Amino acid sequence: MARKISYRQAINEALVQEMERDENVIVLGEDNAGGEGAPGERDAWGGVLGVTKGLYERFPGRVLDTPISESAFVGAAIGAATAGKRPVVELMFIDFMGVCFDQIYNQAAKFRYMFGGNAITPVVIRTMYGAGLRAAAQHSQALYSVFTHIPGLKVVLPATPYDAKGLLIQAIRDNDPVIFCEHKALYDTVGDVPVESYAIPFGEASIVRSGGDVSIVALGRMVAVASEAATELAGAGVDAEVIDLRTTSPMDTDTVLESVEKTGRLVVVDEAPPRCNIATDVAALVASQGFEHLQAPVQMVTAPHTPVPFSAALEDLYIPDPSRVVAAVKLAMEKGS
Amino acid sequence: MSDTLEHRSAEPAELSADQLLDAYRRMRTIRAFEDRVHEEFATGDIPGFVHLYAGEEASAVGICMHLDDGDTIASTHRGHGHCIAKGVDPKPMMAEIFGRRTGTCHGKGGSMHIADLSKGMLGANGIVGAGAPLACGRALAAKLAGNGEVCVVFFGDGASNQGTTLEALNLASVWQLPVIFVAENNGYAETTASSWSVAADNIADRADGFGMPGVIVDGFDFFAVWEVAREAVTRARRGDGPTLMEVKLTRYYGHFEGDQQTYRGDEVERARRDFDCLKWFRTRVTTNGMLDAAALDTIDAEAAALIDDAVAEARSAPLPGREDLETDVYATY
Ligand SMILES: Cc1ncc(C[n+]2csc(CCOP(=O)(O)OP(=O)(O)O)c2C)c(N)n1
Ligand SMILES: [Mg+2]
Repeated sequence: MARKISYRQAINEALVQEMERDENVIVLGEDNAGGEGAPGERDAWGGVLGVTKGLYERFPGRVLDTPISESAFVGAAIGAATAGKRPVVELMFIDFMGVCFDQIYNQAAKFRYMFGGNAITPVVIRTMYGAGLRAAAQHSQALYSVFTHIPGLKVVLPATPYDAKGLLIQAIRDNDPVIFCEHKALYDTVGDVPVESYAIPFGEASIVRSGGDVSIVALGRMVAVASEAATELAGAGVDAEVIDLRTTSPMDTDTVLESVEKTGRLVVVDEAPPRCNIATDVAALVASQGFEHLQAPVQMVTAPHTPVPFSAALEDLYIPDPSRVVAAVKLAMEKGS
Repeated sequence: MSDTLEHRSAEPAELSADQLLDAYRRMRTIRAFEDRVHEEFATGDIPGFVHLYAGEEASAVGICMHLDDGDTIASTHRGHGHCIAKGVDPKPMMAEIFGRRTGTCHGKGGSMHIADLSKGMLGANGIVGAGAPLACGRALAAKLAGNGEVCVVFFGDGASNQGTTLEALNLASVWQLPVIFVAENNGYAETTASSWSVAADNIADRADGFGMPGVIVDGFDFFAVWEVAREAVTRARRGDGPTLMEVKLTRYYGHFEGDQQTYRGDEVERARRDFDCLKWFRTRVTTNGMLDAAALDTIDAEAAALIDDAVAEARSAPLPGREDLETDVYATY
């Protein structure tokens, strides 16, 4: 049975259901409950945006607040994972990866391969990314491409409440380290989510809208932007297919290539800056493996190559919006045969 | 080798009347600025995350009173007070918070990144614990230049647990850098009590492990902060290396604007009533006859008027536009 809940609630529900199912699942992070050592309410925040609220009461001893020591506690989550726990550790903003990156990319990411297949590291790092909340240069970045670059990490970007729940459940059950990227502007979006537990396999893109004229590949919050553009384009007689990658590592290359084979045109929408991002990665994939199907140059809609500006006036220009996607699609439609 | 001292408080008479007026003006301006940002935020016209410094004024001002233009400070996400104490003009600060082109950073930084390099204010910072290593670099440059300049890094109790801060403390001591580490312990990092997150009894106790003096200071008492900072700054200028000051104080508002603060006790009411740094300053300088109340009242009125103007100007200032999006970069694609 499905009912409408928010992206935030969907993540919370996935955590509850997995914590109920498996006592090895623990949750830790800064203020994930809140009020530790303080005179007032415990579970005061449930995470800075309330995503883990209620877990503290429900699962005594399994929700840990931490000092502001990301290297130590993200590293500790990784260490606990090697001991059979399934920690879900929160790196509050993806921008803070800099203070704990070694534990993630030199340690967690490498154990499985470097130790000859003898290690598993079932840790989930939940982290919030993306622009739109006027949170400025150090709290707004879309850094998932950096993690995608590292062999050994799985990188997940749910675009809907349904995917948030199913992908997080999969992430917790998965035996590899997963970077679970939540877009901060999506928490209040609402969608149909089944009550029961379900896992969405990694590496399966979702075709959000099927169409025959052009393939628009998007991820995270950009899926909604691409869909809005597709609706507008439909009014102008262009039938766009919208693909949500859902996971950038592993990436579902087949779905992308099959779509381009059908449409002959590709637009990629990525909230990250334009260099070495997911858009360039998808463009390279299609250029190298689907070149014969392309009827026009690939168009990429991305943020500019700048830090994220604070002022609303600038940030709104920074984030790719439907009008830019529509313009890119029109370019793709004009060029070529 | 370290001495964790009970705080001493200077006598107001150690400062000239002009210095006292200057200190009061800086503290009052910070309070007026922050109280007003609190109100303006509630209108919905200030975007983003805003962390207010009200209640903590004696720390920034007691320390920055000892700094010259060449000296620098590294700040935190709660940086407005540090800016004003270091002489940054509140008008472009307010404009920055409103995201205007006339702001200190032309609207690109916002509250969490206000900076005025011309005043030696190296920037508020969105990354907890990022200031201390940068301060070491500033201090290293001063030491190599032999110019007697010092760098002060402000950081919170929460930031005192960050590896960057702890590494910087060690480095500063190893290199005998002219850095003053100011741990502003306001009892909380977001909702988490420092009595829990800091494993030592006091942050200053850690100084021992880094081979530098550690001093605990009453952050409600301007004269106590001023006194301890005088010694730390003098020591740094002399080439005798860093000091760790732990300033104990209370923030009057939430962690950020919008925080419901259900984790707190009644410490804010008590602090406002019994130890408020502005009230305490006023009492001390008027009872000993250094200043009369009317002079302080005038400053109150002038600070209020300044902030009124700052808000009015910020609200009517132009927003940045498309032509500003891709400036201050070396390449566009
Ligand atoms: C590296 C990093 N981790 C976490 C945060 C989120 N955060 C912002 S302020 C804050 C609490 C800081 O507490 P403290 O250092 O005591 O300073 P205060 O807010 O009390 O002034 C936290 C956890 C951050 N900005 N950067
Ligand atoms: Mg604090």
